[in-house]
Amino acid sequence: MNSKTDYPTRASLLLGFLKGSKLIFFISMCFAAMCAALDLFMPKIIAFTVDSILIGSSYEIPAILDKLIAFAGGIAYIRDHMYLIAILICVVALLRMLTSYLFKFLNSVSEERLVCRARDTLYAHIIRLPMSWHNANRTGDIIQRCTSDLDTLRNFLAEQVTNLVRTVILITLAIIFMLRVNVTLTLVALALLPIIVGYSLYFHVKIGASFEHVDEMEGRLSAMVQENLTGVRVVRAFGREAYEREHFCDYNEKYMNTWIGLMKLLSSFWATGDFTGGFQALLIVVIGAVLCVKGNISAGEYIEFISYNAMLTWPVRALGRVVADMSKAGISIDRIRYIMNSPEESDDPGAQTPPMNKDIVFEHVSFRYEESDVLNDVSFTIQPGETVGILGGTGSGKSTLMHLLDRLYEPDKDGGRITIGGIDIRKIDRAWLRRNIGIVLQEPYLFSGTIAENIAITRDEVNMEEVRAAARIAALDETVSKFNKGYDTYVGERGVTLSGGQKQRTAIAQMIMKDAPIMIFDDSLSAVDSQTDAMIRSELASLSSDTTKIIISHRISTLMHADHIIVMDHGNLVQQGTHEELSEVSGLYRKIYELQQ
Amino acid sequence: MNSSNNEQTKKHTRWYGIPLIAGYLKVYRRRMIFMIALGALSSALDSLYPLFNKYVINHNVGEMTLDTLPIVTVLYLAILLFHSFENYFTCLLCSKLELNVNRDFRNATFNHLQTLSFSYFNQNNVGYVHARVMSDSGKIGELVSWRMMDFVWNSAYIISVIVVMFLTNFRLGLMIFLLFPVAVVVTWLFQHKLVPLNRKVRELNSTITGDFNEGITGAGSVKALNAEAHMEDAFKKDTFSMKRASINTAHHAALYSATVTLLSSVALAIVLWKGGNLTLQGVMLIGTLSVFMSYAMGIIEPIQSIINTLTSLVTIQVNIERITTLLNTESDVADTPEVIEKYGDAFEPRYENWEELKGDIEFDDVTFRYPDGGEDEYVLEHFNLKIPHGMNVAIVGETGAGKSTLVNLVCRFFEPTQGRLLIDGRDARERSQLWLHHHIGYVLQTPHLFTGTIRENLCYGKPDATDDEIWEALALVSADDIVRRTEEGLDLEVGEGGGKLSTGERQLISFARAIIADPRILVLDEATSSIDTITEKRIQDAIKTVTEGRTSFVIAHRLSTITDADIILAVKDGRIVEQGTHTELMDKKGYYYELVKQQNAEY
Repeated sequence: MNSKTDYPTRASLLLGFLKGSKLIFFISMCFAAMCAALDLFMPKIIAFTVDSILIGSSYEIPAILDKLIAFAGGIAYIRDHMYLIAILICVVALLRMLTSYLFKFLNSVSEERLVCRARDTLYAHIIRLPMSWHNANRTGDIIQRCTSDLDTLRNFLAEQVTNLVRTVILITLAIIFMLRVNVTLTLVALALLPIIVGYSLYFHVKIGASFEHVDEMEGRLSAMVQENLTGVRVVRAFGREAYEREHFCDYNEKYMNTWIGLMKLLSSFWATGDFTGGFQALLIVVIGAVLCVKGNISAGEYIEFISYNAMLTWPVRALGRVVADMSKAGISIDRIRYIMNSPEESDDPGAQTPPMNKDIVFEHVSFRYEESDVLNDVSFTIQPGETVGILGGTGSGKSTLMHLLDRLYEPDKDGGRITIGGIDIRKIDRAWLRRNIGIVLQEPYLFSGTIAENIAITRDEVNMEEVRAAARIAALDETVSKFNKGYDTYVGERGVTLSGGQKQRTAIAQMIMKDAPIMIFDDSLSAVDSQTDAMIRSELASLSSDTTKIIISHRISTLMHADHIIVMDHGNLVQQGTHEELSEVSGLYRKIYELQQ
Repeated sequence: MNSSNNEQTKKHTRWYGIPLIAGYLKVYRRRMIFMIALGALSSALDSLYPLFNKYVINHNVGEMTLDTLPIVTVLYLAILLFHSFENYFTCLLCSKLELNVNRDFRNATFNHLQTLSFSYFNQNNVGYVHARVMSDSGKIGELVSWRMMDFVWNSAYIISVIVVMFLTNFRLGLMIFLLFPVAVVVTWLFQHKLVPLNRKVRELNSTITGDFNEGITGAGSVKALNAEAHMEDAFKKDTFSMKRASINTAHHAALYSATVTLLSSVALAIVLWKGGNLTLQGVMLIGTLSVFMSYAMGIIEPIQSIINTLTSLVTIQVNIERITTLLNTESDVADTPEVIEKYGDAFEPRYENWEELKGDIEFDDVTFRYPDGGEDEYVLEHFNLKIPHGMNVAIVGETGAGKSTLVNLVCRFFEPTQGRLLIDGRDARERSQLWLHHHIGYVLQTPHLFTGTIRENLCYGKPDATDDEIWEALALVSADDIVRRTEEGLDLEVGEGGGKLSTGERQLISFARAIIADPRILVLDEATSSIDTITEKRIQDAIKTVTEGRTSFVIAHRLSTITDADIILAVKDGRIVEQGTHTELMDKKGYYYELVKQQNAEY
């Protein structure tokens, strides 16, 4: 698994993603070359027609073609049957159509395969990265790397590399053909090319920074709208609509003016491009005419030359931009590489899958996160089948204990150890561990899908009877039955929004479906009222008695019936015992208990 | 959305909402006409260049003379220079127009949203509304500028080429012209196929982005549920259909562009065949033939481009409709013209006419149902309640019982369906919403802070608050420690949505924010749910202090905190089932008594 994350260079990542589509990509490039060659063949036919057939002077053609013409009936015959030329053009055009289609189609097949492969690899990798990585990286940023950076990479291969190859082939062939017509005229045509490419490259590099700037501004403007919409209650309740308007309009104006500045630059670039292109065409027309009059080239060659030149203008003008964009691709590849090179969660070789309904022991567990102590030397034991309550304020480290148990985070090297049935959890297969620990997180996440699908997410199939049974235990069944679509109600990103309490109860039902011997409720009843809370707890109590239950809360009423209560304060275990024991001695537990009465 | 709302929407989007869009564009009318004229001229000039070639080939090359070449060069250069300048101005004008129109529609939609009531925001999710402001507006700007210019450029080019061709050689011109309908049909057929395909690819693309979002924000849940393989399979299904749809689209697109170039070549073949014969007969000169060749090869693309523009209208029409629907949505809580006349609206308040607000509140025979609720789901029916100023009202009940309804009505976030809400003895509708909101302090269960510093957030309700006032409020809610703890103090940036602070800290800051505004009416909507017990205890004392002399509404989870309230309203299944003081309700042994008994049993 670890070897998969090794992408030491940009090329290694590209080649890794290209696996399975390299051959197709290469073939499509061959068709691109054929297509460019056929493009250049067209002016040849025209020149031949004009010179040999229409004017009657002789146009130089290879000997083999001479034979072909003789076979067709000779120049004179063709002159009387001009449709033969038309047929020839149509045949070449059909060939060109075929190669152009194959080039474009195969190119997108290889590119779509690459993108699909890249997406799958990224996704599989990301969901296997440790939680510490997820916390250290912003969601929006990762998504951007997986979407727009991947698009940049795709464009790099599909458009930039392809364009570059095509343009280079076109220019090379055109130069060869042009040189055969006339050297002087070719030099004239080529003289301006480096200037056009250089100017375009310079311009696009220069303007790149400005584009980044307007992108940033757009991001801010977009965030302003987002905040105004999510904070609509605050805006209204404080009567600040006028302020919001003014604030937005001001920034909107600034954003627009920055864009206008950028468009001035772009417009002048386009206009200069038009001018240089036109000027170059003029040079060819005028100097070509002079050469024609002097008898250096024929009329057919003259027309042929003008066609070549026209063919070159656009690709050459675009070349600067292509090269400038290629530098952006490097940055995007690095941004994707950052994700792919972050190591996934992994197991030691020989990880075990022991029975899990055993005693859980925390031995001198310490944990530091981002330079601050979260847990200090915490030790306690949980017997199998026991119900344990953990009480503590915000930031006391109570959730961290459970995250360590589920190996969402790894304890420090010298930070003690956690054992289940005497086996260090670091030696237990991670998937096995998590399969046997059901944990309801403080802020559960619902996935796009129906409520039933969410509850049964750990199962391969949705069995409605089981789903409803789990929902009943979580006091969710009645609520869901009231929805118009019941369990088929679509939730998550693009579905209806459930309230905090409904989400928590769905997550509880989800966990019950897992049927794990160890169940953890991480403050997962905070958003339901105490009546529902009590109902759920009594239902849970009636579940099988050999399940170990760990309940975290800052509500005493939720914990008081536990067999064993652990009190956490600022990363330290300060008290433990039963409710009766703890409420009799003075200490943090009794203080909170009294406050909550 | 209920049926009456739907009808309204339909009425307003007649003609796809184009009349409304046109109204916004009126100011740019002169500019647009000028732009179109410039664009048409530019295209006409474009069609002139091949004529230079024709002249040089026919005259100079054909007659072997250089006599007119200098004049041709100068004339060509002059036109080229003029043309380049003209292009510069057209592009600039066009992009300015686009940017101006984008700005106008962003402002219009954003400003309009500031007037809409909560029922709109309850029915439309943030992402949806956000897209109206940020992306639909851009589509309209693009339509009236670049897409329109494309249309002008291409049609002007086609027209001038047709004119030149017919003038030069009518028969040959006619033959090329016959290819037009073929090009139109081919393009139309392909577009017909490609538009839905492209839509599908876009939809799948946003699905995949959503999947990534889910995998990343839900990473913890995925791990805890051990559902990696399940998620991966689901994701692969989406990327696979994306791959298939994209390749299918690419197949059609590649065939399309290949067919179009084939058509150009067919046009060229016709010119060489028929034109070649004409040249052989001496009717036409070689130069003229070369012009026809240029035109033949260059004319198919503009036709294709025009059809593309026309088909894109189908997509843009949806954007226009969405924007006009938004702009035509009227708030169901609106001030009457008379009220605005006297008190001003939310944007131009007339403070000089504002009366003091004492804080007497009375529900007078109020019946209410939520606009998005069912027809007979009445939350309140003929409800009467007098709340003299300074009174402390507590609202209790189970999760989701509808405890916020009364507060929503008092704040005029919703209007009573029937009956009146009296403030200081007068119907609330007789004064402006801003007047009322100016006097309300609201602390929400899910606190919302804005990007900016702590100070900016604290001063949100009172922009001219002094540092002393700020620190006093912070101390009152025990939040001064949070602020002192950091180096930046009040100037600490809180991040987007206050993300750099914990939920508890955000709650305290938003509490302080409400106190700084010094409101006459204070609403605490489960304002302390995310604060630990010890801090909460301190805040309870603060609440006692700040509610003194103010009309206040406290929505509470924990009943022990509200026993002192002047009146307690118990809410069950969205209805107020009991009201009275703690003692009265305990004596009554009803619903409230049950709730208290139950909580006591637990503690």
